[in-house]
Amino acid sequence: MGAATETFYSVIRRQGITRRSFHKFCSLTATSLGLGPLGASRIANALETKPRVPVIWMHGLECTCCSESFIRSAHPLVKDAVLSMISLDYDGTIMAAAGHQAEAILEETRAKHKGQYILAVEGNPPLNEGGMFCIHGGKPFVEKLKMVAEDAMAIIAWGACASWGCVQAAKPNPTQATPIDKVIANKPIIKVPGCPPIAEVMTGVITFITTFGKLPELDRQGRPKMFYSQRIHDKCYRRSHFDAGQFVEEWDDEAARKGYCLYKMGCKGPTTYNACSTVRWNGGVSFPIQSGHGCIGCSEDGFWDKGSFYDRLTNIKQFGIEKNADQIGMVAAGAVGAAVAAHAAVTAVKRLAGKSEDAHHTS
Amino acid sequence: MMDVAARPAEAEPDLSAIAADAAGEHGVCRPAVYVYEAPVRICHWVNAFSIIVLMVTGYLIGTPLPSVEGEASANFVMGYIRFAHFAAGQVLAVFFLARILWAFVGNHYSRQIFYLPVHRKHFWKEVLHEIRWYAFLDREPKMYVGHNPLARTAMFTGFTLFVAFMIVTGFALYSEGAGIDSWQHKLFGWVFAIWPNSQDVHTWHHLGMWALVVFVMVHIYAAVREDIMSRQSIVSSMISGERQFRD
Repeated sequence: MGAATETFYSVIRRQGITRRSFHKFCSLTATSLGLGPLGASRIANALETKPRVPVIWMHGLECTCCSESFIRSAHPLVKDAVLSMISLDYDGTIMAAAGHQAEAILEETRAKHKGQYILAVEGNPPLNEGGMFCIHGGKPFVEKLKMVAEDAMAIIAWGACASWGCVQAAKPNPTQATPIDKVIANKPIIKVPGCPPIAEVMTGVITFITTFGKLPELDRQGRPKMFYSQRIHDKCYRRSHFDAGQFVEEWDDEAARKGYCLYKMGCKGPTTYNACSTVRWNGGVSFPIQSGHGCIGCSEDGFWDKGSFYDRLTNIKQFGIEKNADQIGMVAAGAVGAAVAAHAAVTAVKRLAGKSEDAHHTS
Repeated sequence: MMDVAARPAEAEPDLSAIAADAAGEHGVCRPAVYVYEAPVRICHWVNAFSIIVLMVTGYLIGTPLPSVEGEASANFVMGYIRFAHFAAGQVLAVFFLARILWAFVGNHYSRQIFYLPVHRKHFWKEVLHEIRWYAFLDREPKMYVGHNPLARTAMFTGFTLFVAFMIVTGFALYSEGAGIDSWQHKLFGWVFAIWPNSQDVHTWHHLGMWALVVFVMVHIYAAVREDIMSRQSIVSSMISGERQFRD
């Protein structure tokens, strides 16, 4: 493991990349992270002097869509991230080693870089039946996760699974799939939600950590502020149609062709924190709203359990029936209105009866 | 006219204090007691107006009007509706806060809607009596200078608690647009620790609106009915501040 003392710079020079290209990369990365004028030189300095950060990448209950997204990163290219910037020592999906060999690497990295490596987790551990729903190298994943997390510097929770639970934690959650931060309490955890997260967001987070040797600034929910501090809605290119009051009413109407706001079609942009409307997908080609479909809120907590993707108002299931707030409210208001009317009627009848009685008495 | 001293059997503990109050301010023989001070009345009507604006605009934010024609740059329908909602919400918040402050310096009645004397047996007895009165089981209503105990319970729950809930969730939702560095997020961002997905906060804010609709219906009905049926003025008291007694 002599590679651990190698720097990013020495690795890429060996790969034949010129110093000029290296500085171009630093400038571009500094720009995409929104750093100030000195950012590029700080990144260059860090990559020239700091040893590469060892990373252990584990897979729990998941679909590997995070990895699929990750390998499509364009800025920086995932090749640079995986082969040069970090030292990706263990990743069951893309590593050459397998079986006992792979397990040996995991043990070796853990022992050699105790307290210095980053644990990247894709997916989450199911806790039901002692964690038997997800077995990792012959052991329940939850045990392995706790073991590896014990010696990690920090943990990256990739995707909606590791951050919130996602589809396997959707009601009724038979395997009791549980997000990482509910299992590991004593380590800094950075949540990078999304199903999957945007490739450039993933590599951006890694670049930040390798450059500055610390986690980026997180918001209240543990997500990096630089990518998750604004809603899709706030930066949506269709926002002007929302403010104007121009909405798509049906999928095939004129408004849909004109590219009006998808608010009434159940777009979750107003309640979803992600960078889709700015960074976009596939190297900035498009994102769901741009291709005419509303946001489904995949980076939000429990997005599978919030009713249809195509309803503006969330269905509430607490009463055994599926109704939205307006339907419940109107029924309640109607019932109370009827009660008020009935009460008023009884009052009037009583009063009239009482009056005639009084009149009877006085006469 | 009403003579408090002449009706000891039904007199409230409050009433003796009021008799003194009345004696001080209006003379013993006046039939009216000054209950709602000017700041209370101003808050009441400003809040009432704000709540109506908030309900209408809030509903239209959840269920927008049909699309408008023309260029997006030439229209701002949703923008104006949201502006009205945010403006009315902030007005409500300011006057709600002012009303709380007034409870500290105002008269005895200005504090009634902010707490319930639940530890007093007498209070529950009176609530029960009021329930019986509304259920047509008691024919003779009692006399109250401030709120009757049932009305006080309704005001505390339906107004104070519900409006506080709406203000808190409202500012939390507003902070989403204002950004995580805004004072709204610093003060109310903790709401998202309870409901991490703001979709849930939207839903609760929406349900809160309907709860207030129900409160407003009951509130107006009870006020008008009491005005006609009970032995004191209700509706006009919130304009003049004085409670008239009749018998």
